[in-house]
Amino acid sequence: MSAPVEIRYNGGGTIAPPPEETFVLNLGPQHPAAHGVLRILMRMDGEYIASSDIVIGYIHRMHEKMGENRIYAKFLPNTSRIDYLAAMHYTHAYVGAVERAAKIEVPLRAEYIRVIADELQRIASHLVGWGAWIMDLGGLTPILYAFEDRERILDLFEHICGARLTYCYYRFGGVCNDVDDEFLRGARDFVPYMRGRLKMYRDLVTDNIILRKRLEGIGIMDAEMCRRYGVTGPVLRGAGVAYDVRRAEPYSLYPKFQFDIPHFPQGDSMARYLVRMEEMEQSLRIIEQALDQIPAGPVMGKIPRVLKLPAGDYTYAVEAGRGRFMVRIVSDGKDTPWRLKLRTPCFGNLAPFEEASKGMILPDALALLGSLDLVIPDIDR
Amino acid sequence: MIEYFISGPGSAYTRLVIYLVAFMAFVGLNAAYLVLAERKGAGWFQRRPGPNEAGPAGILQPIADGIKLIAKQVFVPPGVDGILFRLAPALVLMPAFMCLATIPYAETIYGRNINVGLLMVFSFGSITVFCLMLGGWASRNKYAVISAARVVSQNIAYEIPMLLVVLTVLMLTGTMDMQKIVQQQAGGFWNWNILRGVWTLHNPLVPVTFVIFFICMLAETNRAPFDMAEAESELIAGAMTEYSGFSWGLFFMGEYANIVVSCSVATVLFLGGWQSPIGILSGGAWGLIWFFLKLYLVIFTVIWVRWTFPRTQFYGLLNLSWKILIPISLGTLLLSSALIKIL
Repeated sequence: MSAPVEIRYNGGGTIAPPPEETFVLNLGPQHPAAHGVLRILMRMDGEYIASSDIVIGYIHRMHEKMGENRIYAKFLPNTSRIDYLAAMHYTHAYVGAVERAAKIEVPLRAEYIRVIADELQRIASHLVGWGAWIMDLGGLTPILYAFEDRERILDLFEHICGARLTYCYYRFGGVCNDVDDEFLRGARDFVPYMRGRLKMYRDLVTDNIILRKRLEGIGIMDAEMCRRYGVTGPVLRGAGVAYDVRRAEPYSLYPKFQFDIPHFPQGDSMARYLVRMEEMEQSLRIIEQALDQIPAGPVMGKIPRVLKLPAGDYTYAVEAGRGRFMVRIVSDGKDTPWRLKLRTPCFGNLAPFEEASKGMILPDALALLGSLDLVIPDIDR
Repeated sequence: MIEYFISGPGSAYTRLVIYLVAFMAFVGLNAAYLVLAERKGAGWFQRRPGPNEAGPAGILQPIADGIKLIAKQVFVPPGVDGILFRLAPALVLMPAFMCLATIPYAETIYGRNINVGLLMVFSFGSITVFCLMLGGWASRNKYAVISAARVVSQNIAYEIPMLLVVLTVLMLTGTMDMQKIVQQQAGGFWNWNILRGVWTLHNPLVPVTFVIFFICMLAETNRAPFDMAEAESELIAGAMTEYSGFSWGLFFMGEYANIVVSCSVATVLFLGGWQSPIGILSGGAWGLIWFFLKLYLVIFTVIWVRWTFPRTQFYGLLNLSWKILIPISLGTLLLSSALIKIL
């Protein structure tokens, strides 16, 4: 291998002519493994990656700016569209920030419903991430099994809010519809069903020797590297750091529930894989506890007719499917925020790819890319 | 004149012409319906219906696909090597045709029985890779070139254990005449090569050699989990990235024709060819039925493997061949030759 070659993409400009024996491989924005419009320019030395340059911004939709020029309630539907696979978490962070700022009391039943919906969403999100990742590795069947399970979760969500992907279910002060017995029964039935399915996935996929060979020791990102790039979520926990917003900055009712934070010290793709599988089990545990404790009562608190946040700087972070999602609202007392900042996890999770992929061969790099479980609109916002 | 071609010395040519036409129809239909079988099979494995709209239960789907492929423009991108780019799909079916001519489908049904049939199958089987390489190279596409390079190194790596394994079996059979190899396995499934070596103690490891043969077969035909040539999540469509319309369809047909060839060889070498598994119901048309039953069972296993396992990593694939399969197949070869010498 020759020495790594520095290439930089200078905003639509040209790339310096390649030195001998290396070439630039343009991966994306329509590559099957890019899961959307991610583009990576890879300087290849044979099949080895000498250096890579990530080009993002193809699906930038100015969510932050949109939040700043409309009233608070009108931005609610946007929050489901940032990371469409973990829409509940994103809405949670936004309504949480507004509630914290306006000091709105949320009824207990609504908080329980939020926890149940959050954890169901986490399972659904991990299932898609898992299936799509295995598909990147060439296993074409698991994704359809994952979608079958996810379908049950989506049916439950459809039952409570009518939507299957972009929910807008949480509102300032609660949730928009109360859950009925059918939902609670469905959620309760889902827990043992999903436990059985997770066992099957362990036998069918996790213990498969080909999968283990493809993931073990591949794409090592240690805790130090993760910290430098601001990596959060399952990727960080796969590097052995037990950082989970649900514990580190407790929100909603999470302090009430018992759950572990799965973390594995290896820092390779397999560790990130195992973290996600374990997390689904932990989510089931939380759902079970929440279903046992859920009280009766209202699901909507008192909210002012015209919502104006007092001047100040408010943040609210949640553990979204892919890591720490934080909403920061800077208000100057008007009915629109002066500044709305969305801290999305995928942006930070993608950042170390350039460094971690150096010297890898292409299939390994794509296994690493899959292990980051990226949602491209979440990066570009 | 007519007699010369029907019963006279020219009958061999007549036979060849009939078989060529029959093979073309067989390969075409087979490729089309194997695609349907693959898609239906994938549907079952993935708990969805698979193609079910065109015709009853989707049986007209391959015809619709074929018409679509023929109707599409064969686009030759600017910058490709025009001659090689057009030549590669034209060549891709040729080796498979040559191989199919020597395979005995039943006692009397074969294209041409030559006494070194097996040698011919493997020599033509090994040049299939050139067509893929040619296509990939002529495409002038980086993904296609990477794929072409992979295909060649993969085929070199897996040709060796495959031939070593075949050599082990040839020690038992003592002939390269495929018709004779099948005739030796008469009587019942315990007489098939996969089991015969075990109880005659000439080579107790024949089942292992069959597994190695099967793995190599998957690798040689570029099937999952060794589909390095295609690897759609890494290399888009590998060597076929730039091909469209029926030139792409020919690559596809070639892939399925190669599967049929390798599975036929596996059936002949290990599973008794057209012999009945229980000794009775053999001969004549039964031979054809048994042969195709076994053939499609092996093909089903190939499909099954594809929809169950993830793809291996490229260097893991080469390591599997050089570090595991070649030593084991060499070991069985040595063991077999020693046992035959002693007994």
